[in-house]
Amino acid sequence: MTEIVVPQLGESVTEATVATWHKQAGDAVKKDEVLVELETDKVSLEVSARADGALKEIVANEGDTVEVGALLGHLEEGASGAASKSEDTSEAAQAKQDDAKATTEQKAKEPATVGASSGGSSQHLSPAPQRVVSEHKLDPSQIQGTGKDGRITKGDALKALESGLTVATPAASPERETGPREERVKMTRLRQTIARRLKDAQNTAAMLTTFNEVDLGAVMELRKHYKDSFQKRHGVKLGFMGFFTKACVAALQELPAINAEIDGKDIIYKNHYDIGIAVGTEKGLVVPVVRDCDRLSLAEIEKGISEMGRKARDGDLSLDDMQGGTFTITNGGVYGSLMSTPILNAPQSGILGMHKIQERPMAVNGQVEIRPMMYLALSYDHRIVDGKEAVTFLVRVKELLEDPARLVMDV
Amino acid sequence: MAYDVVIIGGGPGGYNAAIRAGQLGLKVACVESRKTLGGTCLNVGCIPSKALLHASEMYEKARLHFGDLGIKAKVDLDLGQMHKQKDSTVETLTKGIAFLFKKNKVEHISGHGKIIKPGVVEVTDHDGKTQTLEAKSIIIATGSEPTPLPGLEFDEKRIVSSTGALDFPKVPKHLVVVGAGVIGLELGSVWRRLGAEVTVVEFLDRILPGMDSEVAKQFKRILEKQGIAFRLGAKVTGATTTKSAVTLSVEPAKGGETEEIKCDAVLVAIGRRPFTANLGLEDVGVKTDDRGFVLTDHYKTNVEGIYALGDVTHGPMLAHKAEDEGVACIERIAGKPGHMNYDLIPSVVYTDPEVAAVGKTEDELKEAGITYKVGKFPFMANSRAKANHETDGFVKILADAETDRVLGAHIVGTGAGEMIAEVVAVMEFGGASEDIARTCHAHPTKSEAVRQAAMGVEGWTMQM
Repeated sequence: MTEIVVPQLGESVTEATVATWHKQAGDAVKKDEVLVELETDKVSLEVSARADGALKEIVANEGDTVEVGALLGHLEEGASGAASKSEDTSEAAQAKQDDAKATTEQKAKEPATVGASSGGSSQHLSPAPQRVVSEHKLDPSQIQGTGKDGRITKGDALKALESGLTVATPAASPERETGPREERVKMTRLRQTIARRLKDAQNTAAMLTTFNEVDLGAVMELRKHYKDSFQKRHGVKLGFMGFFTKACVAALQELPAINAEIDGKDIIYKNHYDIGIAVGTEKGLVVPVVRDCDRLSLAEIEKGISEMGRKARDGDLSLDDMQGGTFTITNGGVYGSLMSTPILNAPQSGILGMHKIQERPMAVNGQVEIRPMMYLALSYDHRIVDGKEAVTFLVRVKELLEDPARLVMDV
Repeated sequence: MAYDVVIIGGGPGGYNAAIRAGQLGLKVACVESRKTLGGTCLNVGCIPSKALLHASEMYEKARLHFGDLGIKAKVDLDLGQMHKQKDSTVETLTKGIAFLFKKNKVEHISGHGKIIKPGVVEVTDHDGKTQTLEAKSIIIATGSEPTPLPGLEFDEKRIVSSTGALDFPKVPKHLVVVGAGVIGLELGSVWRRLGAEVTVVEFLDRILPGMDSEVAKQFKRILEKQGIAFRLGAKVTGATTTKSAVTLSVEPAKGGETEEIKCDAVLVAIGRRPFTANLGLEDVGVKTDDRGFVLTDHYKTNVEGIYALGDVTHGPMLAHKAEDEGVACIERIAGKPGHMNYDLIPSVVYTDPEVAAVGKTEDELKEAGITYKVGKFPFMANSRAKANHETDGFVKILADAETDRVLGAHIVGTGAGEMIAEVVAVMEFGGASEDIARTCHAHPTKSEAVRQAAMGVEGWTMQM
């Protein structure tokens, strides 16, 4: 019998949610066949069978939160078991699992009546504070205990109730009833993480956005001219992202604060340029990172971006693919956005927003010309980036894109 | 070889300190001037008095109440045997301490201990031989002795202290008890049950000073019903003793006409005073207050390396207070955070019914201006008490009006001393009346009355 455990999830990731069991207890499995899918803050990953055999038992049910190394189930190696087992057994197993699931769900739905329901670590409450906490749906972990060894007394619970601070924490609040034309769906872990991280960024940074616009005529000319030979030579399409990434790296080198982050009372400047590219996927927004963009050629950057895009769409991104970015580029233009104020990808201090290229009449040398224009937005953390730096950054990006020769000349 | 700790006094404070010291691996000696260990408590206090209280209670039950229960018996008193069983209990228990000393490697040194200088104790044994002990720490646990009343010197025959009142060879016809405190009422009850006419003379206009006044009032009524006569607000100004009788001069405390009370024995139980005679305190400069109590701060006296605990220091003169201090003091000497909660020392009067109390009295709460709620429940409404014909008394729980935290509990009733423990534990954890009210109590037990009283605090007593 082999234990199926939660594998290492990547740095700083310690827990995951069991998303889907692809096998039921009793099923026969082949080596490397996917048994269960786990979701973490950042990716979903699959746990496969290490050997041929049968899935003996499922320990962690769908929806359970599991830590690295935790037991997911048991695999009986070499057991032919599964396939030859009768339908009945398999159904029974299924039913049993459903039961287990139902129990878990039921437990989760109960309000935090018993202090211990949220796990062994919560302290036991004596009857009176227990009654107050249950009756008013207080979160005991939010109540300051003044009894022996910090225990919560009835007086503490009443005080907390009166202060109103701990009433009905989100976790303990009863679910709103859904109407007949509504549907309640559990947020995926990825969605929860996106929500939390975006809000954290807003709450932490002094975030604001500055705008500029760029004439992409020159870049489009270059693309048109070298499109075929580029693809022939490098096997990848010549897009806009490579130019933008190059331009951003050049501007970041000039304005290091935008490539830095705040750590406590210090600023960490990063002498590497790992650019996150925001990619929308079915499951939500992910931001894979193309590393060392200052050392990559245009073609290498384009290759990197297209590879990341493919991985994101196929759900193949690893945690490492998404960690450690120093600056982010997001392109709302692909969906038609003309202007936006992106939210920082914390702890980074800058994010460039690209938008739709739109032909607009522009005044050029005293003449009205129709030019392919794009609005640029830079959201930045004003705590470490001054307005002058932010504006200069966008101006530099604009200059580099309007005259790409500068990228070569480094001026 | 020097000791880590030498303890002077083998009573509850001293012997528990000694055992704890042994447990913690300290080299410890306990010096006791009595031949047996256990101090006042075991030899002439708590234990022998409880032996007599229990025996006399059985005697009275058999004599007066067996008939009600359908038991026919002719009952005779054998006072000699009653004393003997008491002495044998005392002997067993004192030997038990000697055994505990051996088990915990405590050296028992018999003799009178005197502090010669900090770190040195001189012990004079019963033959007059002396030896000196060197100690890093010295603990004074010499306890207390009965306070005499001027004009009524103890002869322990006609005019007795609690010690003499444990050993009357014959039941006095008329016993006058001076002082309506715990000791007076307990021993007064013993001799009344055994046939004496008992009159209690008390200077104050109430009994059990310091206890909840409602409890005291009800309890006095119960004692009167049992046959004890009270002279409250009266003082004894003198006594004439003859071979066979004592004539006491008693006058109202506020002044007035003197009256004479004739009796054949007087128990003076007006209190106890710290026992520090020939202990060497003046020589080493240990400070005491004007009543002789050794002054301490967390058991430390003003002299480095000399500690004191129990009756010889401030606080209630109770064995369990001294015991807990003994443990806390040794733990502190051993570098641990020894601690005890002085707000939650229960006190019990072992009469029948018993009186037990912990925490604040209603009088104290009023005095302090604390808003509180009261829950009360009489044993008359408790099924077990009813079945046992033990319906005297009630339970009273006092709780903070805002937080519901239990602030005090007062119980008059058979078994009150055992029942109070529940409330002490709840209070130690900062519990509320509702905590007691929502805790399952076995039925039928008298402890249900505690629960019903706790329910009463928030107005939901169910069985009345």
